[in-house]
Amino acid sequence: MQAAIRTRELTKDYAVGFWRKRPYRALDRLSIEVAPGDIFGFLGPNGAGKTTTLKLLMQLIFATSGEAEILGCPAGDLGVRRRIGYLPEHPYFYDHLTAEELLDYYGRLFGMPAADRRRRAGAMLDRLGIAAERRLPLRKFSKGMLQRVGLAQALLNEPEVIFLDEPMSGLDPLGRRDVRNLILELRDQGRTVFFSSHILSDAETLCSRVAMVVKGRLAAQGTLGELQAFDVRGWELIVAGAGEAIESRLRGRARRVTRIEGERYAVELSPEAHPESILAELTAAGASLVSINPLRATLEDLFVRRVAEIGDGARPEGQHAGR
Amino acid sequence: MPAARSVAVAAFRESVRDKVFYNLLLFAVLLIGASLLIGQLTAGQDVKIIKDLGLSATSLFGLFIAIFVGISLVSKEVDKRSVYPLLAKPVRRTDLIVGKYLGLLITLAVNVAVMAVALYGVLFFLSRGVPANVQQAWDAPALDPALLTAILLIYVELAVVTAVAMFFSSFSSPMLSAIFTLGVYVIGQFTADLNGFDQIVHARGAIALAKACYYVLPDLSRFDVKIAVVHGQAVSAAYVGTSIAYGAIYIAALVLAASAIFSRRDFK
Repeated sequence: MQAAIRTRELTKDYAVGFWRKRPYRALDRLSIEVAPGDIFGFLGPNGAGKTTTLKLLMQLIFATSGEAEILGCPAGDLGVRRRIGYLPEHPYFYDHLTAEELLDYYGRLFGMPAADRRRRAGAMLDRLGIAAERRLPLRKFSKGMLQRVGLAQALLNEPEVIFLDEPMSGLDPLGRRDVRNLILELRDQGRTVFFSSHILSDAETLCSRVAMVVKGRLAAQGTLGELQAFDVRGWELIVAGAGEAIESRLRGRARRVTRIEGERYAVELSPEAHPESILAELTAAGASLVSINPLRATLEDLFVRRVAEIGDGARPEGQHAGR
Repeated sequence: MPAARSVAVAAFRESVRDKVFYNLLLFAVLLIGASLLIGQLTAGQDVKIIKDLGLSATSLFGLFIAIFVGISLVSKEVDKRSVYPLLAKPVRRTDLIVGKYLGLLITLAVNVAVMAVALYGVLFFLSRGVPANVQQAWDAPALDPALLTAILLIYVELAVVTAVAMFFSSFSSPMLSAIFTLGVYVIGQFTADLNGFDQIVHARGAIALAKACYYVLPDLSRFDVKIAVVHGQAVSAAYVGTSIAYGAIYIAALVLAASAIFSRRDFK
C-alpha cells in the first residue's frame, strides 16, 4: 500500500552566524512513513524539528538532502497540493479580510467554482463554530478563533491528507475537545491526519502511530502500544477492607503500600510480581478489589528519557554538515 | 495563470482596504488649492503651471505607492507568515510574485486614472471663460490630449519602479528595499548622462562603473516628457512606443529575477 506521507533521510541545515556562517542541523536524516487513514502524532519538545519537518513537507523550506513524498508524489508537487490541507503553527491571515472572504480567496486558488466556494466556506465555518463571525474582519479575531479559521482553511478543499502544526495551541479546554473530535471525525472519513504537538496527552488520546523527534533526530516511532509495551513499570492495585495488617503482609513483595483513606489502600507492585496471586491472597484476607491498572510509562516519561539519552549529542554532529 | 489572477485581485483589494487611495484626496486638495492660488498670482501662465504641477504630483504620489506598497505586498506576506497557508495551496511562487505585481499595477492604474481625471477637471474650470484669443496664445490647449501621453509614460515609469521595489523585497528587508529602490529611482533619472561619462572623466575604472550602471540600471528619464507636453512640443508615437517596449522588457527581466529568487527562498 502506498504511504500517505514518506520521508527518507530528510535533512535540513541552516547557515547561522553573521560573519562566519556555520551550518546548524535542524533536522537530521528523518525517515518516517505514515499509512493512509492514520492519525499520526509527530511529537517532540519545542525546537526539536517538528515545524521544520512540516515546512519541508509543505516546501516552505527546501531540504539539504533526503526526500519527502506525499501521496506518492514529491512534496511541493502542485497536483498534490490540491489534495492536502495545512494549518501552520500560530496561523496569521490577512487583517483586512473577513473569515468568509479569506475562505473565498483560498477557494479561488483551488480553482473551485463560486457555488462550491460558498458551500464549502459556509460548511467549514459552521463546523468550526465561527459561522456567526463570518463577516467580522480577521483583525478582530482572538487567537483561538484564528486557530479555528486556520482549521477551516486547511479543510476547505476536502483534503486527503491534513497537516496540523500544533493544532491545540492557543485553544481553551473546550476548543481542544472540539479539535480532538474534529480529528477523529476526519479519521472516520478515511483521511490521514499528521499533527505535531508537544502536548503528549493529545497524542495519547488520538493517535494510532507516533514518531518522536528530539534535537532534530528521530527518537522513536511506532504505535502507542509498541512504544509503551516495553515500558510497563508495574501494577497498581486499589483494595478496600484489607485492614492495617496489609503492610506487614506484603512487606518485601510490594514496591509501595499507600493508605488512601480509611481501609482503602493503593498497592504498587513491580512488573515481575504476579498481581493475580497477591490479589487472591488479599481477597482471602477479606479485602475487596476496587481497581487494578498496569503502570505504563506515559509518553511524557518516554519523552523525558529520550531527551536525556540523546542529550546534547544530536546537534554537534549536524554542525559538521556541509563542510 | 488563474492563481496569479486571484492573487492580483486580492492584492488590489488589500490596497483598497489599506486606504491607499486616500492619497487621491490629498492630490485633489493640492491641485485645487494650487489652482486657486496660482490663478490669483500669475497672468496667463496658470494653465501651464497647473499642468506641470498636476503631472509632477501624479508622478510623485504614484512613486510613493510604487515604492512603499510595492515593497510591503510581498514582505508583509513573509513577515506575518500569511505566506505559509498560501503556498500550501496550488500556487507557484512565481504566481504569487506575478499576481502581487499585477495587483499593484491595477492599484496604480486606478490611482493615475483618477488623478488624470482630476487634472483635466481643474484645467477645464481654469480655462472656462478665458477668451478664445487668449487661449490661442497658449503653447497648448488647456485640455490637451497630449497630457495623456505624459500620464501614460508616468504610469510605465511607475510600473518599472514597482518592479524594482518587488525585486529588492524578494530577498531583502523592507527598509533596505526602500533605500535601494529610492536609490535606483534617483540614479535612474540620470542614467542617460552616465553614457557620456567618458567625455568628462578619464579614469578607466570610473568609466567602466558608469557604463555598467548605464546598462544595468533603468533609464527613467526617457519616461519624463512633462516639459515637452506642457510646452506643446510633439512627442512622437515612435518615441512613446520604444519607451513602453523598453519599460516592458525591463519589467519582465525584474519580475523574472524576483520570482527566481523568491522561488529558492527558505521561509524560516
